[in-house]
Amino acid sequence: MAGASGTLDLRGRSASARFEENPATRDNPWARRIILATSLAFFALFLVMPLAAVFVEALRRGLSVYVAALTEPDALSAIKLTLIVAAVSVPMNLVFGIAAAWAITKFDFKGKQFLITLIDLPFSVSPVIAGLVFVLVFGAQGWFGPWLRENDIKVIFAVPGIVLATVFVTFPFVARELIPLMQAQGTEEEEAALTLGATGWQMFRRVTLPNIKWALLYGVILCNARAMGEFGAVSVVSGHIRGLTNTMPLHVEILYNEYQFAAAFAVASLLALLALLTLALKSYIEWRTAQQGTVGDTP
Amino acid sequence: MSGPAARRGARTSFWSLAVALGITFGSSAGHTQTLLNVSYDPTREFYQEYNAAFIKHWKEKTGETLTFRQSHGGSSKQARSVIDGLEADVVTLALAYDIDALHENGKLIPADWQKRLPHNSSPYTSTIVFLVRKGNPKGIKDWPDLARPGVEVITPNPKTSGGARWNYLAAWGYALKQPGGTEDKAREFVKAIYQNVKVLDSGARGSTTTFTERGIGDVLISWENEAFLALKELGPEKYEIVVPSLTILAEPPVTVVDKVVDKRGTRKQAEAYLEYLYSEEGQVLAGKHFYRPRSAKAAAKYADVFVKANLFTIDDVFGGWQKAQKTHFSDGGTFDQIHAKR
Repeated sequence: MAGASGTLDLRGRSASARFEENPATRDNPWARRIILATSLAFFALFLVMPLAAVFVEALRRGLSVYVAALTEPDALSAIKLTLIVAAVSVPMNLVFGIAAAWAITKFDFKGKQFLITLIDLPFSVSPVIAGLVFVLVFGAQGWFGPWLRENDIKVIFAVPGIVLATVFVTFPFVARELIPLMQAQGTEEEEAALTLGATGWQMFRRVTLPNIKWALLYGVILCNARAMGEFGAVSVVSGHIRGLTNTMPLHVEILYNEYQFAAAFAVASLLALLALLTLALKSYIEWRTAQQGTVGDTP
Repeated sequence: MSGPAARRGARTSFWSLAVALGITFGSSAGHTQTLLNVSYDPTREFYQEYNAAFIKHWKEKTGETLTFRQSHGGSSKQARSVIDGLEADVVTLALAYDIDALHENGKLIPADWQKRLPHNSSPYTSTIVFLVRKGNPKGIKDWPDLARPGVEVITPNPKTSGGARWNYLAAWGYALKQPGGTEDKAREFVKAIYQNVKVLDSGARGSTTTFTERGIGDVLISWENEAFLALKELGPEKYEIVVPSLTILAEPPVTVVDKVVDKRGTRKQAEAYLEYLYSEEGQVLAGKHFYRPRSAKAAAKYADVFVKANLFTIDDVFGGWQKAQKTHFSDGGTFDQIHAKR
């Protein structure tokens, strides 16, 4: 709770204070309480309770069961695979996201609007369809299937397929964070740098990157969170080979279906912990961004 | 400037971490020959134990160390994955039709695959029974009780689940074998049952968790082995098994995937793996995991577990899987007809 109200304060103190002090816009105290109570109740019911349930269920049969569930070979392999997939797909989307945002905000070209729409495509396509698309393209009966088979390259039902599916679903995060910011910043600073004789790379490194770094990091964190948690698309291309192509979310499902509830929730709690860590990082970055806005850039 | 530099450093360590993980990940695969068994939902626990037994047997016999990997899911979905390129050395699926699909799509196995091992390549059998809540509050004794109004039935979707197709055909065969039974009467009977179905999960295990964990429904139509496993894992004080007066003999078959084993050079090991299912040790393990063994000796050992049931086979009543699939589960088949009319 403290974190949530903290960020609200930082961002909206002046606006909300002005709103409340002005008799014309001040809310009825009852309306205020009801609104607050409603949002708190929702928060408790839909966010805090399920999260707490995960940890309670995970530790129900004691710490030793919890540790055993996480150190069992299949679980370790699932954790490793999840980290590998995130470690490959996040940098890929980082590079792509910067390139796309750069292209869209710094240049004018035909079909720009179309490109923006295209970047959003993974948000609107169901992850299951995303997975199936890769099966249709790279599967044994798919377009490149025979060629891949002849050259003994495995894409689907192996790590590359899982990475591909993850890259697809996490595609928009970085670009989506950068585009509004870079649009707002405009091109003046870059133009100034060029006028002063900077090379393209110098300009990017010394002007653009410092300007966008917090938004970039924010996008990367969101991208990473989704990469680790993705279920649908990965489930379609994984093949569910235990100890080989199961990521953490898939492993949770397997354990649950095997009646190993404590173990399932143990792995789920680790995923939840990673998510909470991500959330903490995100809050920190929001706080830094807010600071940057008021007192300037002090890295 | 320290910001970007520090982050660059962080990213470098990020990559070295990824590489390090990649190395450990790669090396853990090691040099031992690894085989993949692609199976259906309820066999998880059985093959886990059987793999360990076979690895030991093979090591003693040949000195070679093998590793087995398992993949489980709805039977038809698993067949689809193998067709799409999942490199299964052996498949152990719920019904012959799903394995036939490996021949029809991509010619992964020969057409006469089912003749390669004894008993139609089915080393163990099972049957279809009912799982009800303790005390049997709705008084469910036989198939007609499932068609009664007010009884909630749980069974998976026959389009995706092998077990669900056995369930459907068991009900159909029962109605057909009643005095004066006709195809029309059977259709009406099965339709009445499916009107009581609340949830159609995609696989057998999904249906079991719907019935047990989510507490939905009065009766689960289930593989016998799956019902026994639910009793064992979740407590015999919660559920009861009811064996209907007449049900189907379910034969889950196995085969080597020729195109894969010939490419990977694992034919010898894969064939031995399946043949060992017929050995005394394999049969006893099957019995232990609530599959009905083929061998008389192993069957005798578990005689008190398995109720003697009146069974009919798919060949007798439906003329084999190809025909049954076409009549009942293809697009526009009887399942679509009764499902659409709901």
